[in-house]
Order: sequence, then structure tokens, then C-alpha cells
Amino acid sequence: MNEVITRQEVVAARGIKVTFGAVKALDGADLVIHAGECVGLVGHNGAGKSTIVNAINGGLTPHAGEISYGGVRAQHGISTARANGVRCVFQELSLCPNLTVNENARIMHAELAGWNWRSRAGALVKLQLQEIFPGHGIDCDSTIDDLSIAERQMVEIAVSFAGLNQKPKLVILDEPTSSLDAGLAAQLMAYIRRFVGEGGSVLLISHILGEILSTSDRIVVMKDGRVVADRSASEFSKRSLVEAMGNVAREKEWQRAGDKRNGAPVLAMPARRGQGLAFEAHRGEMIGLAGLGGHGQTETLLDLYLSRNSNWWPARRKEIAFVAGDRSLNGIFPLWSILKNLSIASLGDFSARTIVDRDREGALGNGWKKRIEIRTPDMENRILSLSGGNQQKVLFARALATSARIVLMDDPMRGVDVGTKQEVYDILRLEAAGGRTFIWYSTEMDEIRLCDRVYVFREGAIVAELAGDEITEKNVLEASFSGGEAA
Amino acid sequence: MRISTSTIRLVIPAASLALLLAAVFYMQPRAMSYTGLNLLFNLAVPIALATVAQMLIMAVNDLDLSMGAFVSFCACVTATFLQASPTLGVLIFLGAIVAYAVIGVVIHVRELPSIVVTLGMSFVWGGLAVLMLPSPGGEAPGWARWLMTSRPPFVPMAIVASIVIALITHFVIMRSSVGVLIRGVGGNVRSVERAGWSVIRIRAGTYALAGFFAVLSGIALVGLTTSADANIALRYTLLSIAGVILGGGEFVGGKVSPIGAVIGALTLTLAGSFLSFMRISPDWQIGAQGAILIVVLGLRLLLNRLEKREKSR
Repeated sequence: MNEVITRQEVVAARGIKVTFGAVKALDGADLVIHAGECVGLVGHNGAGKSTIVNAINGGLTPHAGEISYGGVRAQHGISTARANGVRCVFQELSLCPNLTVNENARIMHAELAGWNWRSRAGALVKLQLQEIFPGHGIDCDSTIDDLSIAERQMVEIAVSFAGLNQKPKLVILDEPTSSLDAGLAAQLMAYIRRFVGEGGSVLLISHILGEILSTSDRIVVMKDGRVVADRSASEFSKRSLVEAMGNVAREKEWQRAGDKRNGAPVLAMPARRGQGLAFEAHRGEMIGLAGLGGHGQTETLLDLYLSRNSNWWPARRKEIAFVAGDRSLNGIFPLWSILKNLSIASLGDFSARTIVDRDREGALGNGWKKRIEIRTPDMENRILSLSGGNQQKVLFARALATSARIVLMDDPMRGVDVGTKQEVYDILRLEAAGGRTFIWYSTEMDEIRLCDRVYVFREGAIVAELAGDEITEKNVLEASFSGGEAA
Repeated sequence: MRISTSTIRLVIPAASLALLLAAVFYMQPRAMSYTGLNLLFNLAVPIALATVAQMLIMAVNDLDLSMGAFVSFCACVTATFLQASPTLGVLIFLGAIVAYAVIGVVIHVRELPSIVVTLGMSFVWGGLAVLMLPSPGGEAPGWARWLMTSRPPFVPMAIVASIVIALITHFVIMRSSVGVLIRGVGGNVRSVERAGWSVIRIRAGTYALAGFFAVLSGIALVGLTTSADANIALRYTLLSIAGVILGGGEFVGGKVSPIGAVIGALTLTLAGSFLSFMRISPDWQIGAQGAILIVVLGLRLLLNRLEKREKSR
């Protein structure tokens, strides 16, 4: 350990605090990266991994704490970070899809200016691709749109590691192998070791623990916006990593009704793309979709919805209701009143000859206002006059007021305060007891533990099914973070 | 070697232009001459310039609804100030280009929809044009008139000008590194931003460049018509958008093609003549022009779909 500390700092983030509204994304996190080491960063959803990466690469200004590059405290910003040799490969592909490989290299490397930049960019990328992924077969004059997802990821990695005048000092890789196959992933890991051996540093974020354990010198585990473990990689095993990510103290048993799987499922779907397990839901069940964010849960919900509703023509009787996760994007109608926001999904039920019956609409609104305690003096007030949590309650009421027997929920509790959450949980349990089926994608472990049965997603497929007492944080984490064999 | 997407993108506009041209020649063989071609494509030059300007705006995912009004404004300036006192005329044009850059900055900083801002600006340009020329009139500067009516050997001026416009804009937009940044903003703003570029500067520059091409369009128009009118180019707003789309460009995603845009402008001009040759009454011409547009765009949609199916295989 002493040897590591005496090495030169490349980037140091100390005591970083970042809040998004009521959510504390980072709560005093420290991350120091030295020259010539590969640091692995792991943590479950919302642990703050992406936030600390964005703070280091200058895309986000922390509300407290300091960030220094090369031991010098500097002004914060993207250009400062880049000037200090920090490069970042993001989880979602961040190339320009309409440009060629060369042109993307030009955008990433401002120094590729002047006459003949095109061929110099081509040579640069080609050399770097050859070095990382020998025998890649990518044509540098082709448009990114024409490349496969894996090829795009390879290009992005190569462009980030390439340096015209100076090599990058720190390359941050956020899930770099998510669309590479095992052979390419191994090539990348080997290159990371070589790069680190030559004095560069790498921050590696991955859900494949085998990769992290074999490639990193040091592993940092984050949880709830804090660093909970920071030790050399040799002191960790897969098991101890999973344990460090979880929170054993908070295990709490819920009163679960017995197994509700009897009779025919109300909703079923074969395994996605022929991989993993099949999905099925029974009457009155509360089913959780767990796993790391963006591993196919939302897509599954949409597929389930479309399996019963046409994309073209609205069904007369809706069997499925949907509660959107991103309120502002696809949840509320910001200019409408609370009542109109609530009643929009069930207008068909209380309108006669396409004319809305105002009295019945008002009665419905008042009924739900009492039932779920929407905190407003008048349902005719604008929806935006409510707090975020209460807006979300209105969205729940919108779905529950319909005659739909199945309710799909796309991580609806993002940024909702704890009190409101408890109220909504109670309503959900009541409705489930009444025979409604809930399918619930959530990134929060507490919510997953409320469910009767849980499907864990990884790389677009269901990899585990947990029922009853098997639903523990440890089991979910173990299934979401694969060993070395996946990808 | 596989044919790249951008080449496929160019095939349909080029094929539709060739098809229309063949139909025109079939119906009116006398058009197959120096003078005939010049007459057919004469009015395409200002439209091509306006289309290129629109294409630049569309390359950064915006849309300019003031194009027609702005070209009219430029035509009025050309027929009055530029002709009477060239220095003042040039200064006005420089001011107009700066105004375009400012519009770009405002749209970027305030995150306003470009459609709304440019729609508002179209009334400003239109009003200024009416103030300058309340009734049709003015006179073209001698050099603009000379340029647009000169007769180079073998190939008519309209064709030469179109080729020159296509080549220059192709170099600027598709080959130069500035063009890469412009299209990069259309393709993925965040990635350009993360690479440390100032998107606001790129956007301002793009708008200024678009303003420059629109100014050229106004000058070329007056060079052809010899006088101007405050409403002379109002059609250009939609013609330029149609030209970009016809030429293989897209509304979003920074997918544009300068050569395609010029071909699109030529096709649109030719479609008008084609319908006259068919003796379709002017009342129906706009509808028929729309039908041609729909057919070509339908073809493109079909091709895109085939391409997608190929890729998913």
C-alpha cells in the first residue's frame, strides 16, 4: 500500500457532495487515482458511480469538496479536465452517428487541425485500433451508423486511448465491455494492463466482477453516494465484493402472502431474444424487475404493454395501465389541472357519447383525493402546484382509476420522498390483495424486497427468478453482477 | 467494397433528376440545347443557394422558416442600396449575417425552438424589405446582372453555377474540419461538448454561414430578374426545405448532403417546367409538384427501410 501512496496523483476528488433535488447522489465521496494504476469502481444502482465520474471529467460541478488534477487545484470544467489528460468512454455511446470514424476522431482531438487532417486522423485511429484490438477489420472511412454496436464501442475506446501529441493520463471506462464479446473484452483488458504498465491510469467501471478483479490494482466500492471500501484488488473475492456493495444491516422481512402462482398466468412472455428465462405474471402478484439500470427492464415493460395493446389503434378496453417513471418526460400534462391529469386514462368509462360527464369526473377526483391523500385544496389547481411526490401519486391514481387489471410501473419512485413512498406502497399492497397484478421495475432495493417475486435482468435478458424469502439484497446483487463468464 | 450510406443517399435524388430531365427532353426536344438548358435551370441558382443555407441550419438540427423573407430582404437590398452605394450595401449584408449569428446564439442559449424564433424573424425581414421597396422596383447592380447572364462556352451558366456551388459547399461541409464540427453538433451535441468544443460558437458560425449563402441567393435572384419586390422569394422557405429533404438530407441527426441539396433544388425547378410542358394548368401545378415530392420521398423511405433490414440481418 505504501508504494501506491508515494506515486504521483493524477486526479484526486475529496469530500465531493452532489445533490439532485432531494436526492443525495454523492455524500462526501473521496476518489484518488495515481499514475500507473487501474482502479476498479463498483456499486449498485444509484451508488454514485456515474456522478463521481462526471465530477472528475468536469461535466458536473460538485456542490462541495475539491477536485485536483496532478496535485494542483485547478478551475473546474470539461476543458480543464481534458487539458490534464482525462478522457472518458461513456456507458451510452457518445460518438456522432452521422460522421465517419475519422471525423469522430477529429471531434475528440482538437489538435487534428490543418491540411490533411483526415488521413492523419485515419492513421491515428487505425494504429490505436490495431494496438488494442488486433485484427479488428474496421474501415475508418465508414460512417458510425454503418458499424455494429460492438464496432462502435471499439472505435470509441480506441479514439479515447489515442493521443496525437501526448498520451492521455487517465482514461475512464464506464461499462466498456457491455457490447463486446468475450474475446474482444479480453483484448481490451490486456491492453489496459499494458497501458497501466507504461504509466497511464485507468478507472474501470463494470458489472462483470471477474473483469474488475483480474484487471484492477485497487477496487473502490461505492454505496449510497459514499465510498464504503477501498482496498487492493487481491484482498477481494467475488463474494466479498458483493457483500461490500450490499447492506446487511437493513435486511428486514416483510409479511408476504403465500405463493399466488395458481391458475393460468395473466401475462406471459417468452425469453427475450431467446436468452434467459421466460416471464410470467399471475393474478394479484406483485412482480419486481431488478438488476442494474438499463439492462432491458424498461424494454420488457414496453413489450408487455404492446403485447396487449396495438401500436396503431387504441384498444377499446384497456387491460394494462402504465405508470411512467420520468414524470416530466412522459408522465404529466404540465398545463392541465390535477383532476384532468388524473382522469385522462379513464375518460372512456364516464363519458356518454364522447361527451365527458363533468360530475362523474369530479366525483372520481374527490374519491381518489381522499383515498391517496393528494395534498391540495382544490383538484382544479394546476398539476405543477403539487410536490414531486404528490404528482407521482396522481400518476398512480390515474393508472389505478382505470379498469385495467395489470399495472406496469417503470421505476416510478425516482426522487420521491420517503413518506410518500410508504403511502404508495400501502395502496399498492391493498390493490394487489384486491386482485390487481403489478409489474414493477425499480432500481431501489427496498422496493424490490416488497415484491412477491423478482426477475433479475442482465444484458437484456432475465438471468434469475427469486421468489418469497429468496428476495434478498445479496441474491439480487449476485445475479446482477455476473462473474467473469458473461458478455 | 460496400457502397456507403452517403452514396445510396445521393442515388435517389440524382436518379429522379435524370428521369425528370429525360421526360422533359422527350416532350420538348428543343430543350436539349444550350439556350434550352439555360432557360430550364436559370431560376435554380438562387434556389440552390437558399437550399444550401437551409441545409446548414438543418445540419445543426434547426429549421429556418425565415429563409424566404430573408432572401427577399437581401434581394431588396441588392436592388437598392447595393446598386446605389455598394459600401453601404455590403455593410447592410454584413449586419444581416451578424444578425443571423446572433439568432443562432439566442436559440442556443435560451434553448428556444428555432422554428418559433425564425418565424418571428421572418416578419422582421419582411417588414424591412417593405420599408425599402414598398412597390416592386429597383435595379440590379451591373456586375450581378453580368454574372448571371454571362454565356460561358459549351455549358450554360446555370449549370456551371450549380456545379460550382455544389463543389464548394461539399468541400466546406463534408471535407473541411469545420464542416465536421457542424455536422457533429447535429449528430450528437453532448459528444461535441464533452470533447471540449464550444457548441455556442459552432452554432453561431453555422448560422452566419447560412446567412452568407442566403445573401448570395438574394444577389443571384436580382441578377436574374433585374428588379426586386418585398415578396419576391417568399416561396423559398418551403422550396429550400423540400430541396434539402429531396436531396437526401434529414430533419434531425446532422445527415445532410450539399451535392444532394443542389440536385434537389434543380429537381424542384425542373418539376415546375415539366408540369408546364405537360400543359397542366397553373391551378394544379402546386398540387402536382407536391405529388412529385411525395413520390420521391416515398422512394427514399422504401430505400431506408431496405437498408435497415439489411443491417439488422
